[in-house]
Amino acid sequence: MVNNIEMDVESNMEQQVSGAAPEPAQQPQEAAVIRARSRGSSGAEGGGDGGVGGNGSGPEQNGQPPTARPPHVVETDEDEDEELTLKYGAKHVIMLFVPVTLCMVVVVATIKSVSFYTQNDGQRLIYTPFPEDTDTVGQRALNSILNATIMITVIIVMTLVLVLLYKYRCYRVIQGWLFLSSLLLLFFFSYIYLKEVFKTYNVAIDYFTLAIMIWNFGVVGMMCIHWKGPLRLQQAYLIMISALMALVFIKYLPEWTAWLILAVISVYDLLAVLCPKGPLRILVETAQERNEPIFPALIYSSTMVWLVNMADTDRPKRNSTEVPQQEPQEAVASPAPSGMLQDDGGFTPSWVNQQEHQLGTLQTTEDTRREIQQLPSDRPPVDDDDDEERGVKLGLGDFIFYSMLVGKASAAASGDWNTTLACFVAILIGLCLTLLLLAIFKKALPALPISIFFGLVFYFATDNLVRPFMDKLALHQFYI
Amino acid sequence: MTASVFFGCTFIAFGPAIALFLFTIAREPLRVIFLIAGAFFWLVSLLLSSLVWFISVQISNKESAAQQKGLLIFGVVLCVLLQETFLGASTRTENTVSGLGFGFMSGAFSVVNILADSVGPGTVGIHGDSQHYFLSSAFMTMAIILLHMFWGVVFFDACEKQRWWAVGAVVASHLVVSCLTFQNPEYVNSLVPTYVILLLMGVWAFYSAGGSLRNLKLCLTCKDKDFLLANHRPR
Repeated sequence: MVNNIEMDVESNMEQQVSGAAPEPAQQPQEAAVIRARSRGSSGAEGGGDGGVGGNGSGPEQNGQPPTARPPHVVETDEDEDEELTLKYGAKHVIMLFVPVTLCMVVVVATIKSVSFYTQNDGQRLIYTPFPEDTDTVGQRALNSILNATIMITVIIVMTLVLVLLYKYRCYRVIQGWLFLSSLLLLFFFSYIYLKEVFKTYNVAIDYFTLAIMIWNFGVVGMMCIHWKGPLRLQQAYLIMISALMALVFIKYLPEWTAWLILAVISVYDLLAVLCPKGPLRILVETAQERNEPIFPALIYSSTMVWLVNMADTDRPKRNSTEVPQQEPQEAVASPAPSGMLQDDGGFTPSWVNQQEHQLGTLQTTEDTRREIQQLPSDRPPVDDDDDEERGVKLGLGDFIFYSMLVGKASAAASGDWNTTLACFVAILIGLCLTLLLLAIFKKALPALPISIFFGLVFYFATDNLVRPFMDKLALHQFYI
Repeated sequence: MTASVFFGCTFIAFGPAIALFLFTIAREPLRVIFLIAGAFFWLVSLLLSSLVWFISVQISNKESAAQQKGLLIFGVVLCVLLQETFLGASTRTENTVSGLGFGFMSGAFSVVNILADSVGPGTVGIHGDSQHYFLSSAFMTMAIILLHMFWGVVFFDACEKQRWWAVGAVVASHLVVSCLTFQNPEYVNSLVPTYVILLLMGVWAFYSAGGSLRNLKLCLTCKDKDFLLANHRPR
């Protein structure tokens, strides 16, 4: 099972980079962080090569008629097919479990040790202007509903703006936006983070050293994310910026607002992805029509190494001439199924060479590709390699919201670790189920709803029901 | 207190389980997923039993300590029964790894808060309680985790071979272990029998998983051809 997570980018908040001299009293505004929503679209067998036939990044490979078969899976035996599918499916699930777990661990570790992120400084984001320290519960509930409404409206508006920009091909604007937002995250937010960590551990450090550290961190991060870099480093950076973003949310969103926003965002994600007129769906379809990858630099990808090589070799069809510098990182960003981020149908260079050797020069038309795919399995056992290379991608927005949920749970739940653990397991199971649904339905699915739903249920249930029970048990040292 | 107690107790409690995880589960993605699913099922069973307990506490007399303790015991028994039900359900669909998942989650829930507290400053038992609270908790947790895993193996095997008496024995031993803990803090009375049961269950699980003295000998002297072949890594 090849998992194909589509990314949909949605702008979270706009950062007025120039003007926003953050007044001490007022919270510095959020970066124009593009919150990438992830959507699962099953690559599966047929999915594998979105790029086949020149479909650069069709997440669902819709550019490809269903008759096209992926190059790597030529399983004639049903059982073998199923078993391999299960095995590779499990591998892809684990490839997502690990980064999600790491991100959550970073967030929880920070929340538990650095008190800055749990302090209420009285500052709020401009998107959540209503305070929650009101006199009555009713007032607080009302304020949180209003806050959540404003936030969701902002998000919807941003998404629509993004879709419009994309539709009218204002790629430069989008790129600049993304660039600025990652700049902000990598420099400004990481500076704040580092400062608070040093404060917590009482480390005396001079500004020069700090400047050098932040400069290096930021520049390498920009390079890795927007250009080329070692895969692991890029993954690490993506995890770090997701964690930073989640920490910012945890600090500046008041409690009830945060839970409400999580719930509403999941519903919105569901609607935006599955409804025919949903903005995210429109975005995806537009991208498919144009045979382009959607947005660079904000998807976590689990395999990319060979694509860096691919960037140098002769690539068959290069569609996105409008944004040439996107090329290398299209590898990163293209939501094309699995690791295959370009329209080469998941053919590794070695495989391509081999095929060329066997069959003569490959032409890159749809027909010839289909023909080749339908050839009997005379293929060398590149299958394993192909599947290894054929990673899985998840949008950073999902990382951010998962970590935000777990972080909020560890910050808020009276210091109880059980609640954190419960939310953690719930989110992982939700992710697992989402990927399973992906394999079954083989169409674009949102990755937030199930996990967030489980997470919320388990948070409230564990905090209110299980915690008193376990506390009593621990008191008497009863074991269950 | 502090770091040495924290690390000591953590390794006591989770050492064997983590070793098991690293050697048998970590390499197989599917097993990891089953592990997490097992943890999830345990969590659900705990949730349901907590719900019942919570409701019963709300409608009971909050002043009477005896009644509260009685309700707690009832909660424990119910929890054990629910856990076994879910273990049955999960071993049907998955395999024996879910037992370890149960164990991990159960151990974690029992001991993580205690470990977190052990890092900070404080004196154990300053008000006259037992001074071995942390240590005994850690040992008990280790036993529980391993027991859950053995129960999972035996349960799975018993369900496969339709040996319902074995299923009953597993449930009964779980109840016995939980009820033994009611005697805490008389640790001798609770820990020693628990470890005896652990040993017995371990032996039972070993045999039902297909082990034998011969296998054991071969394995220990590194002459087990099947094992060597299965773990042979091509250069």
